[in-house]
Amino acid sequence: MGEPPAVLEMTGIRKIFPGVVALDGVDFRLLPGEIHALMGENGAGKSTLIKVLTGVYGIDGGEIRLSGRDVRFTGPLQAQQAGVSTVYQEVNLCANLSVAENIFIGRQPRRFGRIRWAEMRRRSADLLARLDLDVDVTAPLNTYSLAVQQMVAIARAIDIDAKVLILDEPTSSLDASEVAQLFAIMRRLRDAGVAILFVSHFLDQIYEVADRITVLRNGALIGEYRTSELPQVELVGKMIGKELATLEQLESRPRDSTEQLERGEPLLRAEGLGREGAIAPFTLAIHAGEVVGLAGLLGSGRTELARLLFGADKADSGHIEMGGKPVAMRSPRAAMAHGIAFSSENRRTEGLIGELSVRENIILALQAARGWTRPIARRRQDDLVAKYIKALQIRPDNPEIPVRNLSGGNQQKVLLARWLITEPKLLIIDEPTRGIDVGAKAEIQRLVAELSTGGMAVLFVSAELEEVLRLSHKIEVLRDRRLVEELENTGDVDADRVMHIIASGATS
Amino acid sequence: MTFLKNRLVWPVAMLALLLLCALIFSDGFFDIRIQDGHLFGTPINILRASAPLVLVAVGMTLVISTGGIDLSVGSVMAVSGAMACLIIGDLANQNSVGGVTLAVVAAIALSLVLGLWNGFLVAVLGIQPIIATLILMVAGRGLAQLITSGQIINVQSSPYKVIGTGFVLGLPVSVLIAVAVLVIAALLTRRTALGLLLESVGGSPVASRLAGIQARRLTIMVYVVSAACAGIAGLIYSSNVSSADGNNAGNLIELDAILAVVIGGTALTGGRFSLAGTALGAILIATLDTTAQAVGIPPETTLVFKAVVVVVLCLAQSPAFRARLFRRPAARPAARAEVPA
Amino acid sequence: MIDVSTTPATNKSGPAAGRRRTYRPNAQYIPVLATLTLLIVMYTLGAVNYENFTHPSVILNLFTDNAFLMVVAVGMTFVILTGGIDLSVGAVIALTSTVAATLLQAGWPAGVVIPTVLLVGGVLGLGMGAVIHFFKVEPFIATLAGMFLARGVALLIDQNSIPITNGFWTGLAEARIVFEPGVYISAMALVALAVVAVAAVVLAWSRFGRNVYAIGGNADSALLMGLPVGRTRIGVYTLSGFCAALGGLIYSITTTSGYAGHGTGTELDAIAAVVIGGVLLTGGSGYVLGTVLGVLVLGMINTIVNFQSLNSWWARMAIGVLLFAFIVLQRLVTRRAK
Repeated sequence: MGEPPAVLEMTGIRKIFPGVVALDGVDFRLLPGEIHALMGENGAGKSTLIKVLTGVYGIDGGEIRLSGRDVRFTGPLQAQQAGVSTVYQEVNLCANLSVAENIFIGRQPRRFGRIRWAEMRRRSADLLARLDLDVDVTAPLNTYSLAVQQMVAIARAIDIDAKVLILDEPTSSLDASEVAQLFAIMRRLRDAGVAILFVSHFLDQIYEVADRITVLRNGALIGEYRTSELPQVELVGKMIGKELATLEQLESRPRDSTEQLERGEPLLRAEGLGREGAIAPFTLAIHAGEVVGLAGLLGSGRTELARLLFGADKADSGHIEMGGKPVAMRSPRAAMAHGIAFSSENRRTEGLIGELSVRENIILALQAARGWTRPIARRRQDDLVAKYIKALQIRPDNPEIPVRNLSGGNQQKVLLARWLITEPKLLIIDEPTRGIDVGAKAEIQRLVAELSTGGMAVLFVSAELEEVLRLSHKIEVLRDRRLVEELENTGDVDADRVMHIIASGATS
Repeated sequence: MTFLKNRLVWPVAMLALLLLCALIFSDGFFDIRIQDGHLFGTPINILRASAPLVLVAVGMTLVISTGGIDLSVGSVMAVSGAMACLIIGDLANQNSVGGVTLAVVAAIALSLVLGLWNGFLVAVLGIQPIIATLILMVAGRGLAQLITSGQIINVQSSPYKVIGTGFVLGLPVSVLIAVAVLVIAALLTRRTALGLLLESVGGSPVASRLAGIQARRLTIMVYVVSAACAGIAGLIYSSNVSSADGNNAGNLIELDAILAVVIGGTALTGGRFSLAGTALGAILIATLDTTAQAVGIPPETTLVFKAVVVVVLCLAQSPAFRARLFRRPAARPAARAEVPA
Repeated sequence: MIDVSTTPATNKSGPAAGRRRTYRPNAQYIPVLATLTLLIVMYTLGAVNYENFTHPSVILNLFTDNAFLMVVAVGMTFVILTGGIDLSVGAVIALTSTVAATLLQAGWPAGVVIPTVLLVGGVLGLGMGAVIHFFKVEPFIATLAGMFLARGVALLIDQNSIPITNGFWTGLAEARIVFEPGVYISAMALVALAVVAVAAVVLAWSRFGRNVYAIGGNADSALLMGLPVGRTRIGVYTLSGFCAALGGLIYSITTTSGYAGHGTGTELDAIAAVVIGGVLLTGGSGYVLGTVLGVLVLGMINTIVNFQSLNSWWARMAIGVLLFAFIVLQRLVTRRAK
């Protein structure tokens, strides 16, 4: 079957941010009249690739060819003018302006320099009618639901006479019927010859609309596949990757998976806990000395679940019991008072305070719990910090340098140290090993195993399945913001089985 | 701490330069003489002139460290002075120490209430600090004049006069008060965990919340402290002139105070703060005014000079400026300087 | 990843049906309507309580007395609509009136002085806008520096009030349309109204005007939508500088003097007028008409204070209370829109 020439070809794209190679020689192509899914976990480079393509970022290497001509956009405006339109995950429109204005701003129809509002409204209404959307185009955008806003963004994108339409996770806020409506529009556009780049972390959606899939991992290209020729399990495997081989060379499995835990009364029990739009109500028990692993893809609700347990977000259903008594997790502070600690996945924005020193970052949570009037004596601070710098092998071992100067792995250890000195009963760690080197990964895994042996309960969230399997007594599998399966991590549980559940939702 | 030194190096150099100019161009600038057991001389005058500014700037530093700003300090000064003078004016014996003490306490208490109001708007209602404190900035002067019924209340109270013009152990009382407040603030922030928690809130409100810090309570507190400092500064100002002047007390001091904080190396975006730097910045600004007079430069020039200082310091602090200056644009600067998820 | 609490400020009323249509009076008009109502109530109160309050000159004088403030506030409206602030406007009044008076005294013809002065204001605004945009210096600080600079230069030129004797200036100061004896509108008020009209047209019917709203609504989105964010942002500060210079000219004409102390605190009055006029201080919502109403409310407060022979501090208190009321009203309106 002959392929038409690609409308867009990106070859050898490199993009470097200070300290991070975000894209490392990535190739990507889009054919006219196809829906092409771009897949990858967090940090794989999807957003960066899109921003490079639309001119939001410059590139450090490689070339971009549009319709056979070399292009290098210096901004979204140039990209739009060349026929590359983008709809972002977080609706990037101006909610204070009217629907019509959002569609036409920057290119309003004018006569003698004066904007022709009536003409603009008429054309907007026509355009939206073609998308089966019946809204008052003069109303401000913020009076409509997120779904409508997303449709308006799409209307804007396609009216710009797009050759290439980029849809970056447009479905994350839509319900099933809205998604169906969106897919109908996408198919219609595809049939009209538009090349559509589609990003979504809902696998079912990918298999429903995408003709072709490109997978990225850690800023590198894994491959380009026809959707019909790539089973879901294989796709998940390619996205998650298997760095297992290297890890296993470092040391043997920190936990013998057949070793069983004596479980008494649960330390914490969440009963029907949920939050609309974040995670469906779930029930979960965690025991002292137990490592509970959360497995699932990006956007499956794993972080949301962890945040509910810590009181970082408020649950709108269900309740939490600790030691058999119901407790209210109104705030992180309340959770801390109950002996819960939460090491966030975004260590730079939600964890560490970059300009404060290593020492200050480590004592922060303990100090916050004591209140400002009861400072931790400097000598005790130094002792505690020295102890954990040594125990976790934080490098450099100078406690007085700003924490932002540390490498990712060491920053992660500082964040862990912050929570460990609060001596929690339950430690929630979200993606502690993302973006850090293999050695540091192994150290953190060993630490988790040691802590649980010492009687601490650990809720371990990770995108890396192998890691979850290696550490957990019990694995909770999440899919599409729902806890779908709980597995005792006995000998017969392996990555394939978990991947099957993630991919299909079926409990084989 | 080497970084602290680095941060203070510019204001110190600037201050040294100014004093050097003063030394060269003005005779007897550094003469300090003892008269009636009190110290007199231009350096002492500089310190006296800078006392209210140091006070206000100390409070401002704490507010700015949390990422906020307090525009209402000048108005609070006016209100505080008005309150004190109103009570003293009504005293049967204006020289009664008890009555003056009552007046001072009442004035500071009123300032605390005003600070609480600012804190409430910012921390509870969630109004941007610059807007929230704008309200009191506008209304406060009206309030001050309301208290004094629109007149300038003159008082003849020797105990009250001590605050602004008195001497203890040969040193001006106003300077001692400013030093005392500075020391208390330093002890309060550095001997307790307050400083750390404030810097944490200013550095990252999200991360601070997840670390269990009660940001709301701390935020209210810094506005209360800022108002208290402004209240004391208002007492010094009003005692100095033995009257309450709702229009001119603390006029534009908020801008000088913010400037002092920025010169002292505390970024307007919050986070790390330096009280020593702020004090230095405040003294630098006061020196600027005094030196200009001593050297014979018209005092108006100081405004242009301040403008230059602000521009230079802000550009020096701006990463975008440094990037443009030191790295000729090989690559187009990224539209948004963040690493994507 | 997805932190639900920090999703953008959009209407998240659940994934409701695609064609849900919530119809209610446009929330953006509520503050302006509130200001208008307030103005009418104040006028009615005045009319009921004071003799001569209903005399047409009371209203016409509002425009004459506040002509310079109206022009300045119009410039400020543009800046605030983008989410910025301009503290320098009062100082620019001082600078431009001083420059104008000095040049006129030196014998420059009025036809040269006027464009020169307007250019000075515009260039100062351009400079501040460039610093704000290119070097990411906060508007508050950049315009604070502009304020120091403008007033400092004004003081350097002359510390004293300079009388203006130029015939064109004094002629303009007296120029007015008289409806009947005592009832007139000054030429400067007409200039101010013309500025208002032009500004309203620009904001509503030009791409530049709409870009101002877009940037104030969401600057990141505006950039991703391909709008010229930098040009627009620098443009509004230039415009504000220009308006402040024009305000300074009007001030120098009505007072026939140039003085470095002119315009003290005008920035606060202008900001207050804009806020009371219903412009969102965080940007993106509001109208020039609202600003005009805001200026009139401030003027009306002063008028009532005069009629009641109250002291001026009551005016300040009233302005403070109104500011608070409108800021809280804005919070409520924006919160409800979410």
